[in-house]
Amino acid sequence: MLNRSAILMLPAFAMLAFVFLTPLGWFFAQTLFIDSTPTGLWSQITEVLTSRAMLQAIVTTNWISLLVTAAVLLMGYPIAYYLANRRGLRFTLVVFCIVVPYFTSIIVRTYSWMVLLGRTGLINQVLRGAGLIDAPVPLLYNQTSIVIGMTYVLLPYMVLTLFAAMRSIDRTLLLAARGMGASGPMIFWRVYLPLSLHGVISGALIVFILSIGFFITPALMGGPSDVMVAMLIERSVEITLDWTSASVMSLFLLAVTLVLYAIYYRVTDVRRLMGAGG
Amino acid sequence: MHRALPCYVVLVCLLLMAPIVIVVILAFSGEGYLQFPPTSFSLRWFVRFLGDPQWQASLWYSLVIGVIACVIATVLGFFAAYAFVRSDLAGKKLLLSLLLLPIIVPTVITSIAMYFLSARLHLVGNLLWIGICHAVIALPVVLLILLSALQGVDVNLERAALSLGASRARLFLKVVVPLAAPGLISAALFAFLASFDELIISLFLTGVRAQTLPVRIWNSLHMEIEPTIAAVSAFLIGITALVLLLDTLLRGRRAATMDTQR
Repeated sequence: MLNRSAILMLPAFAMLAFVFLTPLGWFFAQTLFIDSTPTGLWSQITEVLTSRAMLQAIVTTNWISLLVTAAVLLMGYPIAYYLANRRGLRFTLVVFCIVVPYFTSIIVRTYSWMVLLGRTGLINQVLRGAGLIDAPVPLLYNQTSIVIGMTYVLLPYMVLTLFAAMRSIDRTLLLAARGMGASGPMIFWRVYLPLSLHGVISGALIVFILSIGFFITPALMGGPSDVMVAMLIERSVEITLDWTSASVMSLFLLAVTLVLYAIYYRVTDVRRLMGAGG
Repeated sequence: MHRALPCYVVLVCLLLMAPIVIVVILAFSGEGYLQFPPTSFSLRWFVRFLGDPQWQASLWYSLVIGVIACVIATVLGFFAAYAFVRSDLAGKKLLLSLLLLPIIVPTVITSIAMYFLSARLHLVGNLLWIGICHAVIALPVVLLILLSALQGVDVNLERAALSLGASRARLFLKVVVPLAAPGLISAALFAFLASFDELIISLFLTGVRAQTLPVRIWNSLHMEIEPTIAAVSAFLIGITALVLLLDTLLRGRRAATMDTQR
C-alpha cells in the first residue's frame, strides 16, 4: 500500500515539466530552429562560440571560477575541520556565523561588499583616516572584487559540504593510526585528508558549478572588461536583443553545467546538496 | 597549530559576519551619506523606506509572490518527499536529481527561458505566475529539508493507522502531517525565504509593474549607493534572522518528537 506512494511525485514533476523544462525546451527550439534559418544554424553556433566576446568571457569565467573554488576550499577546509571536532557553544556560534550569511539574500551580501570596497567605502575611509593613502584606491569594479564577493557568497556551501563529509569519518581510524605510532601531521595527510577527499571533490564541484553560472555578484562588482558568460547572455537579451546568440551561449553554458552535475551525481549523494540532510 | 586553528576560525567568522553587521549598523545611521561608524543614529532611513509608496508596493509584491511560492513549493514538495522516502521505486536517485535541477541550472538561463514564454503568454508582471516560477526554485529547498525530516517519521505508525482502517487522506492529515509538522514548517519558511530573496527570475518576469524588493535594490545599485538601500537590506537580513530563529526553535521540537517516537 505504501509503495503506491510513488504517484505522489507526479504533481512536483508536472510543475517541473510545465514551468521549468517546457520554457527551456521551447526557448531553445524557437530561437535555434524556428527563428533562425536552418541552413545557417551550424555556422551561427560556431560564429557565436568563437566570437571574441564569447572566448574572452569563457576565459574570464573559468579563471574566476577556479580562483573562487580554490579560495573557498582553502578557507573552508580548516573551518569544517574545526566544526567536525567541536560540540556545544563554540560549535553553535561558528555554525551561526556560517548560516546567517548563507541564507542572506545574495543581493544584500553583494551590496554589503560594495559598501566596504567602494570609492567612498569603509576600507578607503579607514585607510584615508589612518593617513596611509591620499586619494581613494579603486578596490571595486575589478576582477579581485568579483573574486572577493563570490568567495563570500559561496564559502558556506563549501563549509557545509565538507562538514557533512568530515562528520561521517570514523574517529577510531584516527586512534588506530595514532596507536600504531603515526605523528599528528602524518595522521592528517595519510588518513584524515584521504577520508575527507570525497567532501573536497563534491564541495569543489558544487562551488565550480555555481560559479560558472554566477550573475549578480560579477554584474555588480566587476569592471567593464570582466564579463562572465552569464552576463554576456543577459546582455545579448537586454541590450542587443540578439536572442539567437543568447540561446547558443545558454545552450553551451547549460551543457557544461549538466556535464559537471552528472559527475557530481556520480561522486556524491544528491541529498547532501547544499549541505542539507547530512 | 592547536592555537592557530581557533584563531583562524574566529577571524573567518568575523569576516563572514562583518559585512552584514556593518550594513545593519549603517541602516540606523543618522548621517546623510554612508559613513562608518556613524556619529549619530536614527530611524530616518527606515522611515524613508517604509513611508515611500514605491518601496511599500515592492514589499507587498515580494510578500504576495513569496506566499504563493511557499504554498505551492511546500505542498508539492511534501508529497514528493514523502514519495521519495516511502516508495522503493527504482531510479529514485535520478528522479530526485531531476527535481533539484532548478538550483543547478544557471538562473540566468532559466529566467530568460521563462521570460521568453511569459512574454508570449502575456504573463510578465503577473504575481501568481511569478509565484509559480519561484516555486520551481523553492521546491529543491523544500525537498532537501523534508527528505531528512520525513526519514525521522516511523513507518510503523503509518502501517498501524492503515491497518486500523484509516483512509489515505486521513493517514496524511492525522498521522503524517502532525509527525512531520516541525520539518514542514521549516521547509515552508525556507521556501518563502528562497522566493523573497530571489532576484534574477524577478528581474526578468516582474516588468515595470511588479518590482519586488530585490529588483528595486538591484535597480538602485546601478545608480547610487544610498543609505535607504542599507535600511532595505537590514530589513531583508531581519527576515532571514527571523526565519533562522524560528527554524532553530522548530529543530528543538523536531528532536523532541523523534525522541518520543523512540
